[in-house]
Amino acid sequence: MEHYVNLAIKALFVENLALSFFLGMCTFLAISKKVETAFGLGVAVIVVQMITVPINNLLHNYLLKAGALSWAGLPEVDLSFLGLIVFIGMIAAIVQILEMFLDRYVPALYNALGIFLPLITVNCAILGGTLFMVERSYTFGESVVYGFASGAGWALAIVLLAAIREKLKYSDVPDGLQGLGITFLTSGLIAMAFMAFSGIQL
Amino acid sequence: MNTESKKALFEPLVENNPIIVQILGICSALAITNKLAPALTMSIALTAVVVGSNVAISAIRHHIPNSIRIIVQMTIIASLVILVDQILRAYAPEISKQLSVFVGLIITNCIVLGRAEAFAMKNPVWPSLLDGLGQGLGYSAILILLATFRELFGFGSLLGHQVLPLSSEGGWYVPNSMLPLAPAAFFLVALIIWGVRSWKKEQVEEADYRIQVVHRTEP
Repeated sequence: MEHYVNLAIKALFVENLALSFFLGMCTFLAISKKVETAFGLGVAVIVVQMITVPINNLLHNYLLKAGALSWAGLPEVDLSFLGLIVFIGMIAAIVQILEMFLDRYVPALYNALGIFLPLITVNCAILGGTLFMVERSYTFGESVVYGFASGAGWALAIVLLAAIREKLKYSDVPDGLQGLGITFLTSGLIAMAFMAFSGIQL
Repeated sequence: MNTESKKALFEPLVENNPIIVQILGICSALAITNKLAPALTMSIALTAVVVGSNVAISAIRHHIPNSIRIIVQMTIIASLVILVDQILRAYAPEISKQLSVFVGLIITNCIVLGRAEAFAMKNPVWPSLLDGLGQGLGYSAILILLATFRELFGFGSLLGHQVLPLSSEGGWYVPNSMLPLAPAAFFLVALIIWGVRSWKKEQVEEADYRIQVVHRTEP
C-alpha cells in the first residue's frame, strides 16, 4: 500500500507530467484561459489516462514484450518494436469508444467534455504516460495508480495555470510578452514551485 | 530556386516559426534541450519524420477517404517514428537513452500532424517536401538556440567538450545550476518570444483589457 501511495505522490507532484516533463504542452498553453474549460479538459485527461495506461500495460505484457507470447506457444517472438503503433492505435480507439459511450449513456458528461475528447488523442501526456509505464516496467497494479495520478497531476497543473491567467488578464503586460510570452513565464514559475516537492519520500 | 520554394523553406525560421508563433511541438523543445547532442539528434529525427510524412501523405492524398484520414495519417507517422526509433537504438544507443520517451512522442508532435493536415493533404509532393523541410528547420533553429545556451551556461560545455573551465575543477566559471532544470526552459522560450516580437511587431497579441489613465476632477 505504502508503495502505491508513494508512486501516486511522485507522479502527482515530483514528476508532474506537464511541469517537469513538459508533456501535453500545446493543449496546456492553448486551453488554459478559463478555469472552467481547463477543469473539463483536466477531468477528460484523468479519465482517458486511467483507462489507457492499464490497457496498454496488459497489451505490453501479454502481446508485445520479448517472450510475452509464450502463452500462445511462441516464447521467442519479440514484438516490442510495434509498441508505438499499437499504443497510439489503442489510445485513438479508446477515445473514440469513450466518446460514443458517453454520448449514449451519460449525455450530461458528454456535453461537458464533448469538444475536448477528440483533442486528447493527440495530447502527448496520454502517449507519454503509456511510454513511461513501459520504460519503468510497471506492474498492472502500479500502472492503474500511475495512470490516475499522472492524469490528476496534469489536471492540477492546467487548473492552476488557468486560475492565474484569469487574474493576469487585468494586468499591464509588456507588448512583446502579451499572451503567449507571459504564459510561458507563469508556467515557469509554477514549475519552480513544484520543484519544492522533489525529494519527498514516504 | 523560385520565390515560392524559398518562402516555404525560410518563412518558418522566424516569421511563421512552428514553436514560437504557431505554438506547436513545444513539449520536446523544452524537455530535451539541456544538452546540445540530444537536441541535435531530435532536430534531425523530427525533420526526417515531417519530411517523410509530408511526402508520403501528399503522394497518396487523392486515395485517402476523408472520413478516415486522421487514422491513415497517424499510421504513416507512427511507422516513420518506429523507423527512426529503431535506427537510433541501433546506431546511437547512448543518445536514444537520453531522449527516452521523446522519440516516441514525435507521433503526437503537433507539427507533424498539423503539416500533414494543413499542407500535405492539399499540395503536390515537391512543395510538401519543401514545406516539411522548412518546418523542420524552424523547429531545429529554436532547439539548437535553446540547447546551446543551456549547455554552455548550465554545464560550461558544448557537445560534451568543456568550453568554460569549471570552478570546481580549478577554472573560473561557476555554472548556473538553474539552467539545466525545467523552469529555465520556460523562461528562455518566453525571452525568445519577447525578443522576436519586439523585432516583428505584427506578431504581438492584442490584450484582453487595456489599462488607461483615468482623469479625475476631484483630488
